[in-house]
Amino acid sequence: MRLPCSCCGPRDSGEFVYRGDATLRRPPPDAPETHWADYVYLRDNPAGPHRELWYHQPCRSWLVITRDTRSHAILAAEAAEAVARAVQAGPEAR
Amino acid sequence: MSSVQYSIFSLLRNAVRDNRGWTPAWRKATPAPRYDVVIIGGGGHGLATAYYLARHYGMRNIAVVERGWLGNGNIGRNTTIIRSNYLLPGNLPFYEKSMMLWEGLEQDINFNAMVSQRGVLNLIHSDAQRNAYARRGNAMRLHGIDAELLDARAVREKLPFLDFDNARFPILGGLLQARGGTVRHDAVAWGYARAADRLGVDIIENCEVTGLRIEGGKISGVETTRGIIAAGKVGMACAGRSSQVAAMAGLRLPIESHVLQAFVSEGLKPFIDCVVTFGAGHFYVSQSDKGGLVFGGDIDGYNSYAQRGNLPLIEDVCEGAMALMPRIGRVRLLRQWGGIMDMSMDGSPIIDRTPVDGLYLNAGWCYGGFKATPASGLCFAHLIARDEPHPVGTAFRLDRFARGAVIDEKGMGAQPNLH
Amino acid sequence: MNRHSASDRSPRAASGRKLSGRLPSGGLIDRGRPLQFRFDGQVGTAFPGDTLASALLANGIRLVGRSFKYHRPRGILTAGSEEPNALVELREGARREPNTRATIVEMFDGLVARSQNRFPSLAFDLMAASALAAPLLSAGFYYKTFMFPVAFWEKLYEPLIRRAAGLGRAAADADPDRYDKVSLFCDILVVGAGPAGLAAALTAARSGARVILCDEDFRPGGRLLSDRVELDDHPAMTWVDQALREFESCDKATLLLRTCVNSAYDGGVYAALQRVADHLPVPGTNQPRQRLVRITATCCVLASGAVERPVILEGNDRPGVMLAGAVRSYLNRFAVAPGREAVVFGNTDSALATADDLARAGIRVHAIIDSRHEESLQIRALGERLGIPYSAGARVTRTHGTTSLTGVTIADRAGETRRIRCDLLALSGGWSPALGLATHQNGRPVWDETLCAFIPGDLPPGMFVAGSVTGLSGTGAALASGHAVGAAAVATCGLTPATLDMPVTQDLPDRPGALWHTLEDLEAPSGAAFVDFQNDVMAKDIRGATREGYVSVEHLKRYTTLGMATDQGKTSNVNGLALLAAMTGRSIAETGTTTTRPPVQPIAIGALAGPHRGRHFRPERLTPTHDWARAHGAHFTTAGLWMRAQWFARPSDPTWQETVNREVMTVRRAVGFCDVTTLGKIDIQGPDATRFLERIYCNNFARLAVGRVRYGLMLREDGFAFDDGTTARLGETHYLMTTTTANAAKIMEHLEYCRQWLFPEDDVQMISVTDEWAQIALAGPKSREVLAAIVDPGFDVGNAALPFMATVETTVCGSIPARLFRISFSGELAYEIAVPARHGAVLADALMRAGAPFSIAPYGTEALGVLRIEKGHPAGSELNGQTTAHDLGFGKLLSRKKDYIGARMAQRPALTDPGRQTLVGLMPLAPDAVLGAGAHLLPDHAAATAANDQGWVSSSAWSPTCGSWIGLGFLADGAHRHREIVAVHDPVRGNIVRARVCPPVFVDPDGGRLHA
Repeated sequence: MRLPCSCCGPRDSGEFVYRGDATLRRPPPDAPETHWADYVYLRDNPAGPHRELWYHQPCRSWLVITRDTRSHAILAAEAAEAVARAVQAGPEAR
Repeated sequence: MSSVQYSIFSLLRNAVRDNRGWTPAWRKATPAPRYDVVIIGGGGHGLATAYYLARHYGMRNIAVVERGWLGNGNIGRNTTIIRSNYLLPGNLPFYEKSMMLWEGLEQDINFNAMVSQRGVLNLIHSDAQRNAYARRGNAMRLHGIDAELLDARAVREKLPFLDFDNARFPILGGLLQARGGTVRHDAVAWGYARAADRLGVDIIENCEVTGLRIEGGKISGVETTRGIIAAGKVGMACAGRSSQVAAMAGLRLPIESHVLQAFVSEGLKPFIDCVVTFGAGHFYVSQSDKGGLVFGGDIDGYNSYAQRGNLPLIEDVCEGAMALMPRIGRVRLLRQWGGIMDMSMDGSPIIDRTPVDGLYLNAGWCYGGFKATPASGLCFAHLIARDEPHPVGTAFRLDRFARGAVIDEKGMGAQPNLH
Repeated sequence: MNRHSASDRSPRAASGRKLSGRLPSGGLIDRGRPLQFRFDGQVGTAFPGDTLASALLANGIRLVGRSFKYHRPRGILTAGSEEPNALVELREGARREPNTRATIVEMFDGLVARSQNRFPSLAFDLMAASALAAPLLSAGFYYKTFMFPVAFWEKLYEPLIRRAAGLGRAAADADPDRYDKVSLFCDILVVGAGPAGLAAALTAARSGARVILCDEDFRPGGRLLSDRVELDDHPAMTWVDQALREFESCDKATLLLRTCVNSAYDGGVYAALQRVADHLPVPGTNQPRQRLVRITATCCVLASGAVERPVILEGNDRPGVMLAGAVRSYLNRFAVAPGREAVVFGNTDSALATADDLARAGIRVHAIIDSRHEESLQIRALGERLGIPYSAGARVTRTHGTTSLTGVTIADRAGETRRIRCDLLALSGGWSPALGLATHQNGRPVWDETLCAFIPGDLPPGMFVAGSVTGLSGTGAALASGHAVGAAAVATCGLTPATLDMPVTQDLPDRPGALWHTLEDLEAPSGAAFVDFQNDVMAKDIRGATREGYVSVEHLKRYTTLGMATDQGKTSNVNGLALLAAMTGRSIAETGTTTTRPPVQPIAIGALAGPHRGRHFRPERLTPTHDWARAHGAHFTTAGLWMRAQWFARPSDPTWQETVNREVMTVRRAVGFCDVTTLGKIDIQGPDATRFLERIYCNNFARLAVGRVRYGLMLREDGFAFDDGTTARLGETHYLMTTTTANAAKIMEHLEYCRQWLFPEDDVQMISVTDEWAQIALAGPKSREVLAAIVDPGFDVGNAALPFMATVETTVCGSIPARLFRISFSGELAYEIAVPARHGAVLADALMRAGAPFSIAPYGTEALGVLRIEKGHPAGSELNGQTTAHDLGFGKLLSRKKDYIGARMAQRPALTDPGRQTLVGLMPLAPDAVLGAGAHLLPDHAAATAANDQGWVSSSAWSPTCGSWIGLGFLADGAHRHREIVAVHDPVRGNIVRARVCPPVFVDPDGGRLHA
């Protein structure tokens, strides 16, 4: 499998570390504890397109990659920092 | 129902009659309109559950629904290892119960699954690892489980062909569970299926569940590709597909599905007698009764339902193989395959009720589901029949994650691919 | 052949009956250079261009192996990598290769091979007696018996089964050869250099694409090497040679022979195995034996051809039964006669025309048997021309012979049978596309009723198929398909496809008729009619499996072991499915097929490991003082990838324990130093660095002054302890963090995750500087004097200028830039001195000189461990991912005033429960009683049961300072149980001692020495 690093271009999956679901949002500190438990422990785990976090070790970039978990087809790749900033800016900004 | 008892006598009787006397190991059942219990998943755990429900809990009106052919999931895709060499009190009694059930399995179900207690040896490569394995071995002893801490000399006597002299990570010893070993994996599925069938369980293949019927917070049946089946209780034993089936009831699980690859070599004259795990890399191996080296390593590490892995992991596993056993350089890898593991957030399983009345969950087996098959079936049957956890499975609660009462053998936290 | 006739080692003379099979002329062999080889100790002659199989046949050897279960005598069925029968142990000693297919072993001078799975000899195999018990040994018989008495399985039955298991023997010693790995990139990968592959590759190369053309054979050409085909009125090899010349002249084109593309992975990644030196007696100097080639390709043209099938009939496994295409290979490519008197049986014109090839080689053909009911005009004409009887609508029903074929029984259209003498049956049931690579990404093959074949279905992204792998027959069709598909691949790569002048061919497409078996009674198939030759799966085993309900293709495979041998069913799977379909009254399409798994051909484990074995399994990280330490008597230990000095033995130390005691006491009484470079060091800078650290650590960092250092504890988001270390504030917006050695990379990843994903608003950057700085801990009451002696003049290292937990930048040893941290892991007055990595050894030397008046000594990780246990600092075995801040006694560190990673989850009751096992110290009642780390803690005098398991020992050591063994451990409610006596239960080491619980600090509990 090859993953497109936003910094280095397509690279072999052996260079990456997987983190998981990129749709999870860290709750605010005062959110109910159930929100926190859901954030830490529960996953949609879809069979199909999955937005997920990967870390490219050689360049230390975190990426949000959209990948189909049935076929391993790569559908999109974005720099995680850009995604995170856009999320913070609110839905309008995206 | 299958009626031929398996024995040397039935074999001899059939041998002189062109083997015409055998009958199907299990019927090709068609769905009845209603069952007391429907088990979703015709793998090892589902079939064992149905068997124990019928055998020990007096239930008869049971169906197992399987979307493909019986045993097509992880029961037929693993590396056939059984062991109970766990560390934590939540796991130890359960896996030891499973070991004891393995030890009597063949006589119980009248099917030789070739339970072979050849021993499982975890190799030690550092002082810290020795201490960790001592902790584990002592925990096993306290639970009445056999465990021996071997020094380097004892390991060398047992496995003289390991790389003792030129290794990057020296072999300092090992933790041996002599009662661990291997079982012919497919035979476990067939044996439980046949035994359950003989007790009247309907095993319905090519029957995919497409929905769960829930009325007033209570389960009432399953929707399948072969029609609606009403059910008093429904048990989910869907391994890598658990999240999809649970989602039909609106549930999200503390589970990710990951691919684990396994490998077999060409058949060789036997030279590896026990199961060996390499402690300085990701590699474990045993040799089957057909002569193939059956081996594996770490999971690929990303969510997947594709039942296939990728190259870096294969290279990593073979590097471990060569680091440990340089004599197998010219032995050929024959076949590789992948299974979808229901990796839980603490590396330990879940056998519990769900928020839906009458709907039960058996999941989160990570890459350790095979050895758990008998006890998982027994505990799940107990839970479904009695609505309370079996005494050896009380720790496998669904709410333990939110509470923080995790059973984290490796200390990796809520990161499934690290367990 | 009889290996006991040692008086005459020549196989030809070993039996008067055996004659040379070498034809007087022809073949792609070099007759000018005879080679010698040995098979089962007997010498034979061969030529370059031979395979071991062709050489065996040329020397009159037809019995080559024994089958797995019944030890049936087996010969050579095929001429390719799909061979199920002719498996040998190739080479000797540490280079012994079991289960090697004689049909693909390229001949070299001095080749040694040995038959396998026979006892005592190949010709006379006692194990063949198992065939007598065949009715008892029906498929899956072992699932039905061996169950009583219970103990007999492991003591008797299984050992017997294992004695019979396996085929060849693995080498007994380490593989002496080297393996290499390489990564290649191309636009178009072409798999197979037959007519289709060559046409595709040439089209792509002409178009300017980067092309890699792989073929598993040592000569390109595919079937053109073996079939008498003319292109443009010349032998086909003329066109092949010319096409290859042009291909290789293209500068972006690469030809890899002896290279099998074994698997297709996601993203256009292919794994191929190049057999670099397998055709040589031993690899050359610095030459690898094999090379794993990782190929990343935009497109792949799969032109892997097809595999011929045998027919299921009684005795079809006898030596002398050979696939028709293989017969043509041996005749035409290798100039070898595989027999003297032949019968040809098949279902296609091309297979039946093998009679022509045989006749041209002077071999008598007694009959051409066509299974199709409709007569072929072409074959009728051929038979008339050659004077060979031709029967359509007929079939071969059984073969005769013992270890070799002596005749066949033929049933004609009317069912009349007759027996014909022959020693060769050229057999063909049609061809199965070799579509393995097309299915590696779960694409299902599709049954084509007209072609009588499974053809590729859904293809992996970027893959194209060309030639006979698509079910096509005929050279002309293959060439046209190769060119068209090659052009399509070129266009996909964004290039303009070039044209190709198609050579003119005469051959016509075949019209196959289904031919799976010639059994009379499918209800009770009698006799040894084999489906899977190597695993000895017979037609009656398939019948038995269906009777027992194993009717799914996957159940059939797993129950009977059909297709699970080393050939992975290449010649048997489709036959087995066809038989299953017939026996269950389903069509083949309904029955479906099993999944083909990688690799296409079995691949040496050594090749997949490559150079990463032995000492090179993983890289070694060396500290800046490594050579210095070696010169000073260091004994090294592994710490992850690092090599660290474990202790520094002196000739006067009688044991390693005495060495460690001396090192510890040197630190406690005077001064010692230790390389601590391996701790992770992360440089953190930016306007928001402070806020960032506040979010990373559970304790407060907001008020850390510049020039000061603080201990920090990180949690995971689930609230459990993650890692710890000290962080120094070097400037207003500049910090230096240290991590544990084990977690250095993981923390770097974690910090980047926090910065890029969780807190992108923080303006901060970080970089690992672990390898940039050599860091040495200088510890002991005399450490200040030593330090003062190495800092450059003008720097004050006094208690006021450099108090406990302070840091300062300075120069040492004559203007070497240095950072001083007054921190202590040992509990003594101590400093850590960091200098640019290249100065590590200089610093060590300087410390030795400056400390000489105090008898300074370097110390290793063992003494480091003792010192930290004496001081009660948690390390890896305490911070094991299962413990909380509360467990470690750090509960008070958890800030209540800020949000940080793990803040919410750490507050859950389960993580702070008073009953949790918390950190304690332990001292045995008898000082010299060994406390074993890993022992469990039980109430004193309590029974050794799980219910009494209250904790465990995490670290232990002999403390020369205390004159006793000491330990750290976790004990339920431990903080409230100081002074209690517990049992330290260590049965796996046979050790049970009593110990007193105490606070986890054994030395200087008030910390006075730290501030001295």
